[in-house]
Amino acid sequence: MRRSWWKIASVLLLVYTFTVGILGEVPRLPQLEETIRNLYFHVCMWFAMMILFIISVVHAIKYLRTGDLRSDICSREYAVVGIILGILGYATGAIWMNYTWADPNIPNITFSIIAKEPKLIGAAIALLIYFAYLVLRDSIQDIDKKARVSAVYNIFAFAMLFPSIWILPRVLPSLHPGGSEGNPALDFKAADARLRMVFYPAIAGWTLLAVWITTIKIRIRYIKDKSILNA
Amino acid sequence: MIRRTLTLLLTFLLSTGLFAQTDANGQAEMADLMRSNGKIYVVVAVILTILLGLVLYLVRIDRKISRLEKEK
Repeated sequence: MRRSWWKIASVLLLVYTFTVGILGEVPRLPQLEETIRNLYFHVCMWFAMMILFIISVVHAIKYLRTGDLRSDICSREYAVVGIILGILGYATGAIWMNYTWADPNIPNITFSIIAKEPKLIGAAIALLIYFAYLVLRDSIQDIDKKARVSAVYNIFAFAMLFPSIWILPRVLPSLHPGGSEGNPALDFKAADARLRMVFYPAIAGWTLLAVWITTIKIRIRYIKDKSILNA
Repeated sequence: MIRRTLTLLLTFLLSTGLFAQTDANGQAEMADLMRSNGKIYVVVAVILTILLGLVLYLVRIDRKISRLEKEK
């Protein structure tokens, strides 16, 4: 295996997440109860997605600076795996919400409040913009034009990701923690120490796993497009 | 390498029973860790098995690609 130490680290961090994440002590919160453990899985999907989109835009800029098609391939594959993580984050969030916010036994949260949830709308906008990235990209035949147009679009998509998932949900009232009162995930005082003990390793583990999958996809692309890359 | 890893993991799984606590009711002490705490440990074993299965699959793909890269 190529450069395997961080792959082993990823596996160890995930094993830690899965055992301590399920068995460890968590704060006893009303309504959330044991589902707070979803923090180690659902929230980590979004963190990994954000990190992969950042890597993707860095490669897009690199392509525009150097014209190297390898950077273009990297940019695309990081965006694809980021989108998959985003879909997983959405799906897991839907399940979690179904048993906490939308619990019929808790009447104070209605569907109209959930439907206005800014993080749902923001994440949907961001994901749709990235879907459009793939549609745009794969509809252009010419290789260089495809790479250039999609690199420019990638920067635009990243510029839209910022307000839709980092700014708007922070300024609007939200059911998610850390709406207008700050960022609970990165604020050392707000999040419970027992949660942080697993949460940060979980983010690292999931992100490394996503990067591992992406590097495999990139290497397959390199082999497939060898004739173009070496031309 | 894979077979060695699997053996190692199996050893870990088997050794979990060794940590069983003494029974408060004076009954025969059994290796019942997997049956305590609402059987949550069974869930942990299941999700770890899935995780490790997926990781081993990923490792195999990774090695296959390494071989392809060396070929040309």
